[in-house]
Amino acid sequence: MRLDHQIIYDLIAPGSRVLDLGCGDGALLAALQQGKRVKGQGVELDESCIYLCVEKGVSVFHGDIGSGLSGYPDRSFDYVILNQSLQEVRNVRLLLEESLRVGNRVIVGFPNFAHYTARFTLMFRGHTPVTPSLPYDWSDTPNVRFMSISDFNQLCRRAGFRILSRHDLGARRPVRFLPNLFALTSLFVLTRPE
Amino acid sequence: MIKGKGSRKNKMKSSEKQPGAGTRFYTFAEPPDALVLESGRTLGPITVAYETYGTLNEDRSNAVLVCHAFSGNAHVAGSLRPEDKHPGWWDGMVGPGKGIDTDKYFVLCANVIGGCGGSTGPSSVHPQTGKPYGLDFPVVTVRDMVEAQRRLIDHLGIPKLLSVVGGSMGGMQVLQWVASHPDRIRSAIPIATTLKHSPLQIALDEVGRQAVMADPAWRKGEYYGQGQPEKGLALARMIGHITYMSDKSMEQKFSRNLKDDVYSFSFREDFEVEGYLRYRGDSFVKRFDANSYLYITKAMDYFDLSGDRLFLNGGTVDIRFLVIAFESDWLYPSYQSREIVHLLKTRGVEATYCEIKSTYGHDAFLIEIGEEARLIRPFLQKTMEQAS
Repeated sequence: MRLDHQIIYDLIAPGSRVLDLGCGDGALLAALQQGKRVKGQGVELDESCIYLCVEKGVSVFHGDIGSGLSGYPDRSFDYVILNQSLQEVRNVRLLLEESLRVGNRVIVGFPNFAHYTARFTLMFRGHTPVTPSLPYDWSDTPNVRFMSISDFNQLCRRAGFRILSRHDLGARRPVRFLPNLFALTSLFVLTRPE
Repeated sequence: MIKGKGSRKNKMKSSEKQPGAGTRFYTFAEPPDALVLESGRTLGPITVAYETYGTLNEDRSNAVLVCHAFSGNAHVAGSLRPEDKHPGWWDGMVGPGKGIDTDKYFVLCANVIGGCGGSTGPSSVHPQTGKPYGLDFPVVTVRDMVEAQRRLIDHLGIPKLLSVVGGSMGGMQVLQWVASHPDRIRSAIPIATTLKHSPLQIALDEVGRQAVMADPAWRKGEYYGQGQPEKGLALARMIGHITYMSDKSMEQKFSRNLKDDVYSFSFREDFEVEGYLRYRGDSFVKRFDANSYLYITKAMDYFDLSGDRLFLNGGTVDIRFLVIAFESDWLYPSYQSREIVHLLKTRGVEATYCEIKSTYGHDAFLIEIGEEARLIRPFLQKTMEQAS
């Protein structure tokens, strides 16, 4: 299993109701359904991924993740997962607020734009960074938002989202030392303000 | 066109001797136990023409009901006879090893009441007069159609359907099953359909009805024995066929191609698209009853399960959903399918939705079999696993 999937998998309690926004081919939800008997629901924009989800027995809505939330009553899910999809969304704060409305906990995973390789590229080569977690050329990227771990921390503080835990990841293992410099991606577990 | 009850009975005897597929007939609601329709009027006796494929398993849990669209019939798959030119309206989807696998599932399809494919409709003989019903036939609704199917399911001893599947008006029947008998189905697959007919859909139906009724040969529905209102019915079908295609699919299929190389500078068929529509209209009148056209379009126009009508108890249901729409379908646009999905979300119902990329317009549900099968096959498989 992918390292980020493994961390999310471990975070989720058995039997939970899980909404995965931007679920891709449904691998994570399929694993959660198999191993943790969760009641899963995915949302995915890419039609080819819809077939892969259904083949795995994962229920999925074809559409963009913003529209994926409308209609759900408050607290419909124990967890809402936004893994590697938030950076492709324009209205980040609205999506997070909506996710916190329908889910008790929101797990957000995103690429860290302040990774040292990105800083190096920008500082010494003067190019828009291309890193393992941000693999796209600037002219052809699905990403519209570029944030660092520090940025996301700041957003949570300003918006009043409670951070329950944070998991900073390198290519193969968690990063503990100077994560905003050395982590390729980060996973935040959020909940509503009290 | 006119089929007396006697000929049906003869047919039933011969078909029951045949193994496997073949149209069968079930008659119920004999007076005084006539079926009370949604309108309050009664209908009886009612004959339902149906076909079955595959084998019902021991615990009767593998039955899949396929509901046909507006002009369809019970012959969903397979060839009744080797000389049959038409293999069934969804032959690519239903059969051994196909999307709805008849090696695994017991598949049934019934002609809707009000239709002209062997089930009781306006062209059937009125038991009291001995003549075809014509406009004496009561207006039936999608709810009534589903009620007839439910009686058939009871007759066949099926406690719970594994799934109900259908496109267009077939999808309306699927949704009606959810509303009327949620305890009798495990899953629902509404395709290219809607919770309610929109003003555009009603308007197009009304234009078709007016085309039929404006034909002097219609004779207020009493044309039996004198020939159909062929011109009006063909015109209605031509309009219908335009709505089943898309701007793009028409461009791809016909462009501005001419039948002959030069313009005729007359009102003969110059363009291939004209010839196609005329051919479609002419072939339709040979197989479809004009009064059935009126009754069935009216049934669709009355269809409305919006608001709280899909889940009557206001609560939720234990039914899995697979909702399918097509990108270029402007007759039943994908927003209507998303409205179904939205309703399912508000009730926490397990559902999958896919908008298949296609240029074929509404016809796509009969054409994009490969993509549909990739969704339907695993969906039915999982429903079956959950059932056992």
